[in-house]
Amino acid sequence: MTRVPDPAAVPSVAVEGLTRTFGAVTALSDLTVAMPQGVVGLVGANGAGKSTLIKILLGLLPATSGRAQVLGLDCATDGLAIRRRVGYMPESDCLPPDVSATELVVHLARMSGLPTAVARERTADTLRHVGLYEERYRPIGGYSTGMKQRVKLAQALVHDPQLVLLDEPTNGLDPAGRDEMLALIQRISSDFSIAVVVTSHLLGELERIADHVVVIESGVLQRSTSTAEATGLSGVLLVEVTDRGPELVARLRAAGSQVATAGSADSFTVDLTDERVLDAVQGGAADLGVGLVRMQHRRHHLTEIFSDRTEGDRARH
Amino acid sequence: MPATDPVPARGPGPGAPVPSPGPTPGDDVIHDIGFRHYDGERLGRGWVARSLLVETVRGIFGLGRPARSKAMPWSLIGILLVPPLIMALSILLTGAEELPTSYTQYPNALSIVVSLFVAGAAPYCVSRDLRHGVMPLYLSRPMMRTDYVLAKFAGLALSVFGVLALAQTLLLVGALLAKLSVGPQVVGWLGGLLVSAVLAVLLSALTLVVAAFTPRRGLGVAAIITILVVLSGVAEMLTAVARDRGLTTAAQYLPALDPFNLVDGIAVRLLGADSARAHDVPPGILGGLTFVLVTAAVVAGCLGLLIRRYRKVGVV
Repeated sequence: MTRVPDPAAVPSVAVEGLTRTFGAVTALSDLTVAMPQGVVGLVGANGAGKSTLIKILLGLLPATSGRAQVLGLDCATDGLAIRRRVGYMPESDCLPPDVSATELVVHLARMSGLPTAVARERTADTLRHVGLYEERYRPIGGYSTGMKQRVKLAQALVHDPQLVLLDEPTNGLDPAGRDEMLALIQRISSDFSIAVVVTSHLLGELERIADHVVVIESGVLQRSTSTAEATGLSGVLLVEVTDRGPELVARLRAAGSQVATAGSADSFTVDLTDERVLDAVQGGAADLGVGLVRMQHRRHHLTEIFSDRTEGDRARH
Repeated sequence: MPATDPVPARGPGPGAPVPSPGPTPGDDVIHDIGFRHYDGERLGRGWVARSLLVETVRGIFGLGRPARSKAMPWSLIGILLVPPLIMALSILLTGAEELPTSYTQYPNALSIVVSLFVAGAAPYCVSRDLRHGVMPLYLSRPMMRTDYVLAKFAGLALSVFGVLALAQTLLLVGALLAKLSVGPQVVGWLGGLLVSAVLAVLLSALTLVVAAFTPRRGLGVAAIITILVVLSGVAEMLTAVARDRGLTTAAQYLPALDPFNLVDGIAVRLLGADSARAHDVPPGILGGLTFVLVTAAVVAGCLGLLIRRYRKVGVV
């Protein structure tokens, strides 16, 4: 398979006026969105239409109307070609308990068209990359949830896809396992150069790793934003000093800065309007002879950006 | 990247050597060469279906599975292989002129063991994937739903045929060691293989349908055994009733409700073999052809049902 010369030029997913109904239920309603390469977070509550969208993208479910493209291929007609280039990690339990991770992933690699010798080699590599070592020879039935999620991820990666669709990969994981899984997903994009579309019902966990976030609700597009754009523009500076906090706040306010104080007297936030604010904080602390414990540029959380919108929606219901 | 990396990476992979956590750190080094991309050959649907078929056969015989998955199939295979040994010995000792059970009769004579083997294997082929939700992993790969169904069917049919053929071949080896004349034995053996093939295809199609509608494996095994036993019982009963009332034609066709009788009828009429069962068989080529047509229709019908069953799997 030849790779697309400039993968960044082709959006990994592009849908146009996509609608899918199941009888009286509308799962997707006139959805138009383009997802760039990199990590794209697809956010929505359970039943928002994320899984329906993924099944249409894999060419397993026909759309009622509208068009969908994956890596420039039409989902309605090129399902086989898409499934050759894409990896999919389902949300549900999907692992047979009586085989080992190695046995299963080798089999599924062959099912993606890899010759046996390549399938074995890539299985060993991929299981190592997702963090499964000696346990990969034991039957899957005895694995923890975290290990099972890693096997599910490995089978989606083993055939070196150009895009992986990950459906709720952090489901059922404890906080540490969740962090590890998110770090792994980020590596898929940054180190493995594979485009990622990852779904979650939690915006908060995706904003850490996603380059672009798409929010859908009841099958309707709510928002499609680049994360850098959304969180990078404005910012605040988190400052913490060893002593004499209120005096420093007074100095900064006198210099015309917007300062907000929190619970503690020696920590506060300053609106980061330009570079001079940094100098003012540094200089003020030096003049007062106090130590600077912390100067941290805090980006806005996506949740904050979306919160007014969500509240508006709640009011409508 | 270290010079050991044969594949150029697309992205900035981590290229640093990582010291191994082994007992002699510093001596051995694992080179973490990052994620390697694959630009080699990707094989098409034919290879994918073949791989699924091979995996199905491996699963049926418990290969690559825990020991307890091997117990059932291999003990049944053992049981199927013992009678040929005994028969060979008996001809050797008594100096008989022919085998006590012919090649075509053999699968029928051990129909209970054959039924048990299929009843164990068919649910393994399909119920497991349905029950554990494995279907999405298959459907998201470059294959169609019908490829899956046909590969599973072919895998089961080949496995059943392989077991029967092995027993019949053992019978042939025994007969030849006992110095029975080679020509007739080989002809009989070939006829036996044909009967095994038809029986394997028919039983696989029937039992896969039952298994695909009973996602719990234990339930599937029980359902298949029950259905095979009930079919055989109903066939016996109806045939007896028909014979009592003097309905000769009905008494000849009704036994065919039992798949084993159906295949036996084909062997009797088209291969001129002795019946393995004490039933009447419809006379002439017409009777044989009718049985062949019925067999083909049942197989086609079952495959159609299976494909229908899988049309919605993994979608809604």
